[in-house]
Amino acid sequence: MFEIISNTVAAFFTLSIFSFLYKDNPFYKFAEALFVGVSMGFAIPLVYENAFIPFVYTPIFLGHKFSLIIPSLLGLLYTFRFSKNLSWLSRYPIVFGMGIVGMGVPMSIHSSVLVQMRSAMLPLDTVNTALIFIGTVTILLYFFFSKDHKGVYGKFTNVGVWFMMIGFGASFGYTVMARISLLIGRIQFLVGDWLGFIK
Amino acid sequence: MKRQIPLIIVITLGFMFVAHSFIPHTISQDFLTWFQDWMKAISPFAVVLGIMSLFMVHGKKISYKAPNWQYSIVTLAGLIFTALTGFIWGTQAGTPYMWIFKNIQMPMSSTMFALLAFYIASAAYKAFRARSPEATVLLVAAIIVMLGQVPLGTMISKWIPISSKWILNVPNLASKRAIMIGVGLGMTATSLKILLGIERTYLGGGD
Repeated sequence: MFEIISNTVAAFFTLSIFSFLYKDNPFYKFAEALFVGVSMGFAIPLVYENAFIPFVYTPIFLGHKFSLIIPSLLGLLYTFRFSKNLSWLSRYPIVFGMGIVGMGVPMSIHSSVLVQMRSAMLPLDTVNTALIFIGTVTILLYFFFSKDHKGVYGKFTNVGVWFMMIGFGASFGYTVMARISLLIGRIQFLVGDWLGFIK
Repeated sequence: MKRQIPLIIVITLGFMFVAHSFIPHTISQDFLTWFQDWMKAISPFAVVLGIMSLFMVHGKKISYKAPNWQYSIVTLAGLIFTALTGFIWGTQAGTPYMWIFKNIQMPMSSTMFALLAFYIASAAYKAFRARSPEATVLLVAAIIVMLGQVPLGTMISKWIPISSKWILNVPNLASKRAIMIGVGLGMTATSLKILLGIERTYLGGGD
């Protein structure tokens, strides 16, 4: 009985969201508003248990690392964001987080640029590796806007556009399949778990 | 000074971490560990800011009786009720908190994404009508990749899954790699702008 009630609740919210396909309506608005609230409400105990207790409460009150009171007070400064006169105080917890961008400079150069370039310059011993190299170079040329995309250079950049279009098509195909998979899951729930038509 | 001191903190910490990446000495490693402990202690409080923001936005809508203000009550009630169930009964399996997740949050979340299947299809129809060779290439690549994921593709031709795999492993890889290099260069440029104090939008407005 409890499972039937649970499934009916889930089915009600599923159908409320699907009702948007017809048009915006009170059922959809209700479900949407509840979704925002429940999602935020769901995050609060998780942050409390997985971040506040292990990184603030336990080290300070049980581990006696009293120096952590300072970052905790810094964290509380976030709340001044909405104060007209004291909103500048909320910059302090933000800038402590921003400091880490220093590590981002060498890390992004290494992982996103150097490693990718090295992989693209592997021995071009097969047609596929040569195609990957040509594709990478021509796409990068396409994004070089300091030279007009005309003549021979324009032909190269056009090859890059074709590679990008295939890449976007592949990404689009994957996204559609992921969404369709979710849709099938919801329909299976409605027809199978809720209505019991699929055994 | 309200802007200058935070800026000095960012620049100083930033250059210290750049130095740490190249000279990972024990002292700088200890400093990084200490800094990470501090960041972990600061981060949970960002949620308080999120909750305050949500309450202020919806509280205003309710107090001014703005259009659809009734739904703001639903949002705030949902937030309070879900959070309370987590604090009172815990977050383990079998608790009311997990019941809400399984029967309210998760069905709505996956239905929201499933809903996009319909809109993505209609958007694709408008965008992909093969009006240019490039659009045709995109359309054909998308169709092959989609068919390559389902048994129907294999039923039509054994070449469809093979072509789908080739598209993903060769031209798609080239495209993603070039975009990744561009993203990497963009991230580096933005990080340098922050380090040098050129990019300051994170400080917000005001004095």
